[in-house]
Amino acid sequence: MDYGFLIPAFQSIIIASTPLVFAALGELVSERAGVLNLGVEGMMIMGAVVGFAVVISGGGGVLGFAAAAAAGAAMAALFGFLTLVMYANAVATGLALTLFGLGLSALVGSQFVGLSAGAFGKISIPVLSDIPILGALLFSHDIMIYLSLATAAALAWFFRSTRAGLIVRAVGDDHDAAHAIGYNVVAIRFAAACAGGALAGIGGAYLSIVQTPLFVENMTAGRGWIALALVVFASWKVGRVLLGAYLFGGITIIQLHVQGFGISIPSQILSMLPYLATVIVLTVISAKGIQARSGAPRALGQTFKVTH
Amino acid sequence: MMYLQARESRKAWLDWASPVIAIGLTLVFSSMMFLSLGTDPIEALTVFFIQPVSTLYGVSELLLKATPLILIGIGLSFGFRAGIWNIGAEGQLVMGGVCAGAVALALYDVESLWVLPAMAVAGIVGGLVWGAVPALLKTRFNTNEILTSLMLTYVAGLFLSLMVHGPLKDPDGFNFPESRLFHDAALLPTLFEQGRAHIGFVIALVLAPVGSYLIARHLLGFQLRVQGQAPRAARFAGFSQAKLVWLSFALSGGLAGLAGMMEVSGSVGQLVPVISPGYGFTAIIVAFLGRLSPLGIVPAGLLMALSYMGGENAQISLGLPNAVTGVFQGMLLFFLLGCAVISEYKIVWGRK
Repeated sequence: MDYGFLIPAFQSIIIASTPLVFAALGELVSERAGVLNLGVEGMMIMGAVVGFAVVISGGGGVLGFAAAAAAGAAMAALFGFLTLVMYANAVATGLALTLFGLGLSALVGSQFVGLSAGAFGKISIPVLSDIPILGALLFSHDIMIYLSLATAAALAWFFRSTRAGLIVRAVGDDHDAAHAIGYNVVAIRFAAACAGGALAGIGGAYLSIVQTPLFVENMTAGRGWIALALVVFASWKVGRVLLGAYLFGGITIIQLHVQGFGISIPSQILSMLPYLATVIVLTVISAKGIQARSGAPRALGQTFKVTH
Repeated sequence: MMYLQARESRKAWLDWASPVIAIGLTLVFSSMMFLSLGTDPIEALTVFFIQPVSTLYGVSELLLKATPLILIGIGLSFGFRAGIWNIGAEGQLVMGGVCAGAVALALYDVESLWVLPAMAVAGIVGGLVWGAVPALLKTRFNTNEILTSLMLTYVAGLFLSLMVHGPLKDPDGFNFPESRLFHDAALLPTLFEQGRAHIGFVIALVLAPVGSYLIARHLLGFQLRVQGQAPRAARFAGFSQAKLVWLSFALSGGLAGLAGMMEVSGSVGQLVPVISPGYGFTAIIVAFLGRLSPLGIVPAGLLMALSYMGGENAQISLGLPNAVTGVFQGMLLFFLLGCAVISEYKIVWGRK
């Protein structure tokens, strides 16, 4: 049997996982500071449409991703203002962000029907990419994939080894104590939420600029929610977010390949798999109880009100 | 800068002023949106909010679209008061529709008054069972109900697609993914000569005061409110959180399932791949717009139904994309949530 198809399959798993990597890392940053933003889907789709718009009008990939990050951050800023300053209900505000983002992106994107962003260049690392098999597996991806891994590494370092990372975690674990020693809880949470939004925006733009490369209404198709589930799955740890994202990318691609092999399972049942897998994984994780949740920031989702 | 100062006493009128302010702000901002789309805002608002209901047919369609929003909104208001977040009502609606449709097709040759009640029961059971899954996972394994109920919405949509492409497909339908048209006995009686408004709207109107009574006067409503505002107090009082989760999901799932039955039986008349333009999600906005009070949810549902019709009308007569509706709805929810603060806090300009 020829195993040649495995290399493109592996590459497509990486491509399918990368939006989840960005979005879940973003949500991890936000949640580590105690901000539970359920609007990932809305921030992703805004990133997707804005990034696509910039690339289509000739702005290029770098500017496209930058604009997508700004769009995601702007959405997160809106969320931050409502929940941190106006004490709005975080769950409902996150939903509003999603509904608003899906609507606004469809409105903006209605002019892009049938347009394509064109192929996004891959970077083949010299010498290394010439290694048989390994070269194709590891060293000839597009730059955003390397950037997603670099972001993960940087975040892991930030939270483990820097003073700023410690402060963010402190704010997420006990806002009253952080406030008492003089940190500006609202400002730190606001910044973390915006950083998270920027990453979600980049994740969305990866879908529209690199993966498809089209903009279609509702194209995130629940990935924002899966990213939220991944953070829980990962117990708020960066390395496990990566693992989870690639697992889910794998499930998505495997179901596509099964469809391609002509195995007679209705396509709808296969398409259900990523969603069902999310439910099952969440259940298994939460069934483990306190031990699994020990990674959760202790003040996650709690409103901070200054009283003095 | 500004900061918030807690009010010493709550004023009842402020509870109702905040949705009105939110609607006002939404109108201002949507006018700006229309301007940026190159449309005269006055004309756009007329097309959006006045033209659709200027005929009896339009009013009838308004009631048709408001029915599922009000039913689901009432169901959601119970759980939302207790911080139990069923955001998968869309999926429960779809499952209710599939089950009711399957009954209608199974009883295709039966011309009996019992067909509709059988469909309603099937719809309620379908929505209830779909809502029971997140409730079970929440109470048994402490799994986050927001994520599970939402994931199951995608599964429900795919299940509907599977059914209309397979077992429930019209055998004489040239392979289109649609079921047979239901028999007359499986169609809900309409209210007026014109339009499709059906008896479901009356049912929604009857359920609203019942729901308000349960929330405001019954022990159940009290338990839900305590659970939402002071979970620790609820535990000390011995209220069973698991019971409240089950009840909230059963109510919202069952009502969403009933709404799904009404959609296939009263609005569409057959099973098609998409039976709801997101009513289950819009109902979340309806619930908040109605201040989580079933009686307030009735006008809220009518307003949101109007936004659907306005969007369609604007698409036809002004050539605006249909997505304007989504933007309008999302914006309204933002302003609602932002304005809710004024009933508990005073906004003070300046430094503390």
